[in-house]
Amino acid sequence: MSSGSVISPKTTETPAKSLLVDWISGCGESFLSMVQSVGDLALFSAATFAALFKGLPNRKTLLPNFYQVGVLSLPVVAITGTFIGMVLAVQSHFQFAQVGLESRLGAVINMSLVRELGPVLAAIMLAGRVGSAMAAELGTMRVTEQIDALASMGANPIKYLVVPRFLACLILIPTLVVMADFMGVVGGYFYSVMIVGIDKHQYMYHSQAFVGGFDLFIGILKSFFFGSAIALVSCYRGFHSEPGAEGVGRAATAAFVYSFILILALDLFVGMFLDTIYLFWNPGGSKLF
Amino acid sequence: MLSVQGLGISFGAHEVLRNINLQVPRGQTLAVIGESGCGKTVLLKTLIRLIEPTTGKVLFDGQDLSKLNMHELAKQRTRFGFIFQQAALFDSMTIGQNVAFPLLQHTELSEAEVQQRVLDQLADVGLPDSVIDKKPAELSGGMRKRVGVARALMLNPELVLYDEPTTGLDPIVSDVINELILRSRRRYCVTSIVVTHDMRTARKVADRVVMLYPTSRLGVDEPQVIFDGPPSELDRTEDRRVVQFVRGEAGARLMEMRAEASAAGY
Repeated sequence: MSSGSVISPKTTETPAKSLLVDWISGCGESFLSMVQSVGDLALFSAATFAALFKGLPNRKTLLPNFYQVGVLSLPVVAITGTFIGMVLAVQSHFQFAQVGLESRLGAVINMSLVRELGPVLAAIMLAGRVGSAMAAELGTMRVTEQIDALASMGANPIKYLVVPRFLACLILIPTLVVMADFMGVVGGYFYSVMIVGIDKHQYMYHSQAFVGGFDLFIGILKSFFFGSAIALVSCYRGFHSEPGAEGVGRAATAAFVYSFILILALDLFVGMFLDTIYLFWNPGGSKLF
Repeated sequence: MLSVQGLGISFGAHEVLRNINLQVPRGQTLAVIGESGCGKTVLLKTLIRLIEPTTGKVLFDGQDLSKLNMHELAKQRTRFGFIFQQAALFDSMTIGQNVAFPLLQHTELSEAEVQQRVLDQLADVGLPDSVIDKKPAELSGGMRKRVGVARALMLNPELVLYDEPTTGLDPIVSDVINELILRSRRRYCVTSIVVTHDMRTARKVADRVVMLYPTSRLGVDEPQVIFDGPPSELDRTEDRRVVQFVRGEAGARLMEMRAEASAAGY
């Protein structure tokens, strides 16, 4: 809605004053619409959880979504993971070689990979591949009245359309993150040992000494949050798509952009939270498990 | 059977429907006519709470639909059939799966029984068995519309809502759809509400016609329903707006549009 529709400039006002009023009302409107979107998304998520706890969708609805999210994403996630590992190795080697610590590369590459970069970059890749596709598909269903048709036949569109996509993302995105981590470890090893020529026993020893189960656990736990965020944001944008090809396009773009921001924000807050717990239980900071 | 009381719908500052009052007795076929954008489809969607009323209420068999929880509403919706303007078939499913959808959602029939019911229902709307495995995109507009009718009538609804059933179809297929509306009424004695701007459809299928007028061109106290009566009355009314619409004459409306455009600065 244009700002002018709320407060229309009066002829007696000076142009500068009316511009200022328009600007203030525009800021207010943007803020209100942002608050409203957050509230709508919270209600949408609550409706999804309510539908989820009332019963699982049947196999015929679940499997195509699992296939779309899981199987079809496997190649891109594997490629992403491999490159993250190798790029990390290139960067870390460049810096560590300057202080003569190449032998410790395994620790830094694998630690960064399983705690941060593996989950975050795999989730961002999936937000682009899976999230945008879900928003575009649901947006098209919205504008062609297929979602209304579902509701008119006494079906619950959230249970039928959102819950299977949510479950697919919740369960399979962490699984794909494990895959990305594995490929990253392989990629990092390949570059460091095979190309740069670091001693493989040193590489393995430092990897095992510094990277523990807790680091892997943090990365995977984060990816559950990333998966939920991608599914909820993308389905929400699709369900609230505006009419026309432009509306569906905007829904798909917004799904990716908001998923991206949420992934980064969740990464920060979940990371801070888990580190606090870790240090609380283990003040010395040594490896828990 | 259906009672609309003081219904008003606004989207933000835009008022689409204003104080609509309608009583539709069981067995009646009501045509709602009016130019594009006057709120006909919004009215139809509000009747099954796909859109929430801003003011007023809709009573179905004396029950206020806005007071029902989602589970009760879903149950009540099985008593309605809704035929969408573009048919709204699920494009990820085959025609057979589309038509079987309401049965699979609400009945415990065996696969063979569902299959038989689907074939019967498709035959009823004049479609061959061969369409069952096709996707909606492979069918023509008229065929899709008939599949939409077959799907909507699958659970033998008491009230059928048609949203522009003949828009975009050739005259022959339009008449096929009109015949389907008449036949479903004769056979199952359903109550129907047909939103259309096709006067042939309105005259052929309806017992009663209601005409809506866009609120943007109404005075503050003017009612939005500008005609309510049998189709035969349409030719005898003296309301200029109804006469123009029924005869399809641009005339004075064209002048109004030019005046509106120049006032808006185009």
